[in-house]
Amino acid sequence: MSGLSQKHLLGLEYVPKSDIELILETAFSFREVLERPIKKVPTLQGKTIVNLFFEPSTRTRLSFELAEKRLSAETVNFSATGSSLSKGETLRDTIQNIEAMKMDLVIIRHNTPGSAYQLSRYVDAVVINAGDGTHEHPTQALLDIMSIKEKFGHIDGLKIAIVGDIAHSRVALSNIFGLRTMGAEVYVCGPPTFIPPFIDQLGVTVSYNLDELLPEMDIVNVLRIQQERMQAALIPSLREFRSLYGITRERIDRLQKELTIMHPGPLNRGVEIDSDVADSDKSIILHQVLNGVAVRMALLYLLLGGRDVKEDSNA
Amino acid sequence: MLNTENLTGKLLLSNGNVYQPESNSLEKKDVLIRDGQLAGMDPTIEPTDDMRVVDCAGLIISPGFTDIHVHFREPGYEHKETLQTGSEAALAGGFTTVCCMPNTNPTLDTRGSIQFIRQSQEELLVDIHPVGAATKGRKGMELTEYSELARAGAVAFTDDGNPIANAGVMRRALEYSRMVNKPILQHAEDLQLKGSGLMHESKVSTALGLPGVPGISEEVLVYRDIRIAEYVGGRLHIQHVSMAETAELLRAARERGLNVTCEVTPHHLLLTDEAVRTFDTSTKVNPPLRTRKDVDALRKAVIDGTIDVIATDHAPHAREEKEQPFDLAPPGLIGLESALGVVMKALVDNNLTTVETVLHKLIIRPREIMNLPLDFYRQKAHANLTIFDPREEWVFKREHVKSRSENSPFYGSQMKGRVKAVLIRGQMVNLGLKNLNWPREKK
Repeated sequence: MSGLSQKHLLGLEYVPKSDIELILETAFSFREVLERPIKKVPTLQGKTIVNLFFEPSTRTRLSFELAEKRLSAETVNFSATGSSLSKGETLRDTIQNIEAMKMDLVIIRHNTPGSAYQLSRYVDAVVINAGDGTHEHPTQALLDIMSIKEKFGHIDGLKIAIVGDIAHSRVALSNIFGLRTMGAEVYVCGPPTFIPPFIDQLGVTVSYNLDELLPEMDIVNVLRIQQERMQAALIPSLREFRSLYGITRERIDRLQKELTIMHPGPLNRGVEIDSDVADSDKSIILHQVLNGVAVRMALLYLLLGGRDVKEDSNA
Repeated sequence: MLNTENLTGKLLLSNGNVYQPESNSLEKKDVLIRDGQLAGMDPTIEPTDDMRVVDCAGLIISPGFTDIHVHFREPGYEHKETLQTGSEAALAGGFTTVCCMPNTNPTLDTRGSIQFIRQSQEELLVDIHPVGAATKGRKGMELTEYSELARAGAVAFTDDGNPIANAGVMRRALEYSRMVNKPILQHAEDLQLKGSGLMHESKVSTALGLPGVPGISEEVLVYRDIRIAEYVGGRLHIQHVSMAETAELLRAARERGLNVTCEVTPHHLLLTDEAVRTFDTSTKVNPPLRTRKDVDALRKAVIDGTIDVIATDHAPHAREEKEQPFDLAPPGLIGLESALGVVMKALVDNNLTTVETVLHKLIIRPREIMNLPLDFYRQKAHANLTIFDPREEWVFKREHVKSRSENSPFYGSQMKGRVKAVLIRGQMVNLGLKNLNWPREKK
């Protein structure tokens, strides 16, 4: 029995609090497993999982593969970048081929928003969205929420700023949905061209002034800046961005209050975040990475209905 | 295939409510058809033994509908639709006249390509009038030969699919078209403001992470073109109006006495951007589905006459094209078969307006704008009639689609009002008309 209210994890927008709580609770159990000398449990023996990566990914893919292997699932990998997949082949064709091979669960990363939703309509297998374009990246947000819970013991009432290119960030959207569901106050901060219109209607507060915002915050989640955004003329220069929105040593040193630093990676050191800050004790970036494996183990376990986690971890 | 019969002998359509174009009203009348031609229309026609009699009580009989905005994809994209399959889709929706758009391959920008459409349609059961390209190759630069295309049968000019983006070219098109007195149909969309947008820019696009098409991309071009038309004349017609503010601009222009017309699609009268939440690519349409506020404003604009015409923008695309990821799937949806059911649901079922208002925009105004004949119910000519049940509630399904393509967002949706039969060119297309030979069976 899964215990989750949904069959798939396509995004966090419609995932209820009780589901997130169950995922976190299960993930913390798996965290314990990951701290042991022997990190492998037989929970998903006999289950087959395909990692379908239509877009390059190192970290997310590694994290999923590790989670699958630690749970003893059989895994196959399919990767094709958007350009190498000929436009003649429909998403459905690719997927039905894979479906014909009888997979239990599909992890999909794709550059188009909604591709995980489309996939879930075409296959019987369980689908986990590992990032669909600029839409959602729900496992990233779950690991972020887990890392916050690990540090603070709760989510409710915390003030969290997401800083950077909000408009092109699946991490930002999933974090907004998940954190709001868990009762946090979410702020987004960046230049106006990086803030999508109507985002205030998703229940977040918009700020264009990081220096005014930071003293109020408990946590800042720093997004990666992508070079191609400058080509699109959304910001005039990285230099100006950094001077206004960079998480620099000077900015952090000015704060009276303790601030926790998060980043989904990979880091552009010296651009959106200073090395000093990223490596400081205020940063929980490496916890995020470890929790990523635990959260993904929890999801695989819950969605594939494996045996009881406590039983396995005591074995 | 449609169930079609060659009409011979006498057919009496009895007890129907017949739409009166002159008075925009419904009157109870009997309609006599002899060998496919209209032979009589009177409050009472006594049935005789040589007549087949159809009980049309509760049904509306009107001139066949006219859709001034369809894509029949021929020549060039016959895998999406052909003139033949498009005609069947039209008939299934009660349309006996359509105007097809020139974004074919080759583009309809020469006398030969216009003639191809006019000749092909002679063998079909729908009057198909081609709209010529406004510029050569629809590239937006050089005007096509309006006079020659008009003589070959082009009823209007457009670069539909693209806007006439260059203001100078739009000025020349409106000026030059005055010579032939044909409308310029503008697909109003500022491409720079649209950017890479895939759906209406709103709370929903933000939540879905899809790049947005802001409403202003339509409004600014409509405003520009209204001003150009005001300055140089010509007959500007704005296609598929989707924004509340656009309707407002058109209302104001009309109040100033400008001869600018416009159309709205059935889907923009019923669906909102919320429909895109499923990421179903059949909801990807250009212009995009807008907000509740826009839907309400468009309905109001239809009722107060600001919007002249309901036109489907029937845009078939093959299944494999629509099964691509959302960004690659081509925009458009098929609209002919579901048009009446959707429009009645959007405007009449909720008592916003009457069926007569809807018929005015499906029959009269489209023909006025395209300079098509208005001599409805001509005696001793082939009857051109649509018979429909305005009250029938039904669910739209794949089997109702006659188009070669199936990209409709309406499957499973409740429809109101259903076409029962179409009479045209001496034939009757039966779409569920019952009680044929009604009095004899009663005996």
